[in-house]
Amino acid sequence: MMSLERKDLKLLAEARLEKGGVRKGYNMRTLHLDVGTRSVTEKKVSEEMKRKFVGGKGFGLKLLWDATRPETKWDSPENEIVIAMGPICGNTNYPGSGKSLVVALSPMTGIPIDSNVGGYFGPYLKFSGFDALELQGKADRETIVFIDGNEGIVQFYESPADIPADTHLLAEILTHTFAKDGASKDGASKEGASKDGASKDAKDLQSVAVVSAGRGADHSPMGLLNFSLYDKRRAGIRVKQAGRGGIGKVLRDKRIRAVVCRFKGVNSDSNDAADPAAVQRIGLKLHREIVQNDDKQCKMRKQGTAHLMEVMNDYDLLPTKNHKYGQDPKGPEIASWVWEKLLSQDLPDGCWYGCTMACAHAVDKFELETGPYKGQKVCVDGPEYETAAGVGSNLYVYDPHGILEMNFYCDTYGIDTISFGTTMSFLMECWEHGVLDADRTDGIDLAWGNWKGAIQVLHDLADGKRFGVLMGKGVKFLAKHFSREYGADPQFMKDIALHGKGLEQSEYISKESLAQQGGYYLTNKGPQHDEAWLIFMDMVNNRIPSFEQKAEALHYFPMFRTWFGLQGLCKLPWNDVEPADNARHAEPNKVPEHVANYRELYTAITGEDLSPEEMILQSERVYNFQRTFNVRQGHGHRDEDWPPYRAMGPVLEDEYEARAERYDKQMKEKIGIDPAGKSLKEKVAITRDYRMKQYSSLIDAVFKRRGWTPDGCPRPEHLREIGMDLPEVLAVAEARMAGKI
Amino acid sequence: MIKYLRTMDEKCVGCMTCTAVCSRLYFKDENPAKSDIQVFELALGKFHLVACDQECRKCVSECPTQAITVAKTGVVMLDKSLCVGCLACVAVCPTGAMRWYPGLKHPFKCIACGACAKRCPKDALEIAEKEDSPASRAWSDAIALVRKEGQ
Ligand code: SF4
Ligand code: SF4
Ligand code: SF4
Repeated sequence: MMSLERKDLKLLAEARLEKGGVRKGYNMRTLHLDVGTRSVTEKKVSEEMKRKFVGGKGFGLKLLWDATRPETKWDSPENEIVIAMGPICGNTNYPGSGKSLVVALSPMTGIPIDSNVGGYFGPYLKFSGFDALELQGKADRETIVFIDGNEGIVQFYESPADIPADTHLLAEILTHTFAKDGASKDGASKEGASKDGASKDAKDLQSVAVVSAGRGADHSPMGLLNFSLYDKRRAGIRVKQAGRGGIGKVLRDKRIRAVVCRFKGVNSDSNDAADPAAVQRIGLKLHREIVQNDDKQCKMRKQGTAHLMEVMNDYDLLPTKNHKYGQDPKGPEIASWVWEKLLSQDLPDGCWYGCTMACAHAVDKFELETGPYKGQKVCVDGPEYETAAGVGSNLYVYDPHGILEMNFYCDTYGIDTISFGTTMSFLMECWEHGVLDADRTDGIDLAWGNWKGAIQVLHDLADGKRFGVLMGKGVKFLAKHFSREYGADPQFMKDIALHGKGLEQSEYISKESLAQQGGYYLTNKGPQHDEAWLIFMDMVNNRIPSFEQKAEALHYFPMFRTWFGLQGLCKLPWNDVEPADNARHAEPNKVPEHVANYRELYTAITGEDLSPEEMILQSERVYNFQRTFNVRQGHGHRDEDWPPYRAMGPVLEDEYEARAERYDKQMKEKIGIDPAGKSLKEKVAITRDYRMKQYSSLIDAVFKRRGWTPDGCPRPEHLREIGMDLPEVLAVAEARMAGKI
Repeated sequence: MIKYLRTMDEKCVGCMTCTAVCSRLYFKDENPAKSDIQVFELALGKFHLVACDQECRKCVSECPTQAITVAKTGVVMLDKSLCVGCLACVAVCPTGAMRWYPGLKHPFKCIACGACAKRCPKDALEIAEKEDSPASRAWSDAIALVRKEGQ
């Protein structure tokens, strides 16, 4: 590994920071860095900002709103990357408490994106004295930003020209560069030292966290941010991804090579809880629940989110061939037990201290077969469910090796596996239908299942080659491009390009669940699995049959789930483990005991009471603020919340046939038309017509429930009612009502 | 060999001398809730003693900061300077020998120092040694050993 000493880096500018300190979960201060002017500004957080925006994603969106204008584009210098934490973030007791929320105007959608990510950067930044970090401006040269929370200093360095850009190398090098020199006296293990011969011990290495992208992010709007953590047992870095929406592209557009934060001295007091004993008690309760129940429930400690693979395949919900099908007999070849064997077991793989759910698994000593690191043995972070489905079944790849290889390269190149997977599956379907051929793909064979072809496109993207870069533009662009350039049927292209607002859909089959179509597409930032996951409730258990019930679920769940992002929490410990008696509660889907834990935890940390109503209101304010932000940027219209038809029903005749029984039955019972004697073509058309109408009615019901106009703008009176009554926010909603936006 | 505190329930009369000694030694407080050795009253005047057996090492595997290690004597030790107080070790401990006290920053456990054994009037406690078998090792230890042997 390249060794890089701090003294050999060219220092461009530096500034001292005022000493701060967390009080009851808040610093009440944020840090603004302009990488263009290399200026450093500390901003106070007002009581009003705390009350209305709470923290995390709320703070991120508020700061981004103030920093940008309606005309701001993703690549305007004033666009920001905001990394914000939230009051609960950083406590070491409650599993899932180390998330950073990253916000920016997205290169894929043009509106704010927010992404929730683990790794140590956020908590370290918080303990360095800040509730959020704004990165603004554009540097005139490749820059490394360093925040030293112990010394109270910010430095801008010129990034050396020869430093590798791919994350698995870059973040490892910088972790060593910025770890404090000299072994600490406390007898920590010396694994770090033995690895590179320098005198840095594991504890010092563990106190450094790096945010970086990779070469792919230079060439594609689906570039992501990797957040590192130093793994003592593996004696190397691990990375977690702020994957969605292209924030890595924004980082690279600003010519930021990496942002590094160092903080040593985390302990259970670092977050200064109002009632530390209560935090311990609530945390320990969940630790015990996880230790006792996980093996009988989700097996997160052994398999991570990949435990879902066979469940989804069994329920016909695992994306297969660009979401055309939901299962395949080959499904078991990439089932959870396959991953359990590959993932290293019995390691405390939390993405922050104290997460005993420990889903952040890795495959160690994985030998690569392709690309620039061919033949090397690497640590692959994951695969998580979304990746295993996205670059696995959805590409008809059932070779775990192929999945792991794409997983590794996407990460290190800084490319979102979900957008990559969904785009690649679109390309493979285009190949199947003759829209693409070897002439058009620069000779790469994109037949279903050919992962070597898929990964070649990824390598070409990282190298900036033509077809790779074209693929990296995502399905929204490609659908138009292929009809324009290659004469593909525009409607078919539109139907199978799985995106909303420009963001590729994540990896669940939504077409048989109207509520989940809403869960994906009636969202602020585009179709992701962050807001609502209603498939089981709706399709499998049929608990929310009416439009009103669906609308209620599409109100409650997005609001409730937004709350995690305000606090700096992970959602997985909310419902990927359940109390043994959960099913006995009236609303088991909400996991009531865990919701109660969260309210208690909030109070134990901030010292402030939180009623169930206020909990939802905290989210509702920010959710509606975000929607109004979309409106301000000229978006947030009803027609932008519409799914491509592949996400709603069968596009093709053979797709209809694959589920003919279901569709025929629906036609008879729900539509009131007898399918007998109808041609396949007619049946596809009848189903389509019906489903489009259903979705339109769903939009009406959901927008009404959310307090929005039929065109999707929050009504000013609703904003006042929930307390999101800032004049600048009301002004946007009023202008839209008056037809001025 | 593993050094450990051997407990003999059948000799214990529940006088709580051991808990007093231990909590005074490590916390300057006479409080059974702050003692590394625990005495549980069963029915019929019988008692059950709990202290770490230094053998299962579940806490060693679980600790995210490697604050818990096995000393040369075989005793499982907790380095407070590395501990972030997450209490994961408390949750995985199968016997409840890894302890916590509300508001204290770090968990605590028996380190087989023997102070309690010296003062037990009924000789219900003693420092003893037992074989260190690979089966008793944490997964990570076992792997490390195999690797070493392979070299
Ligand atoms: S459940 Fe997984 S993603 Fe969530 S905090 Fe724990 S380790 Fe991180
Ligand atoms: S409480 Fe301390 S010793 Fe126990 S697992 Fe957590 S960090 Fe390790
Ligand atoms: S888990 Fe409990 S019994 Fe096992 S070694 Fe640790 S403290 Fe001792």
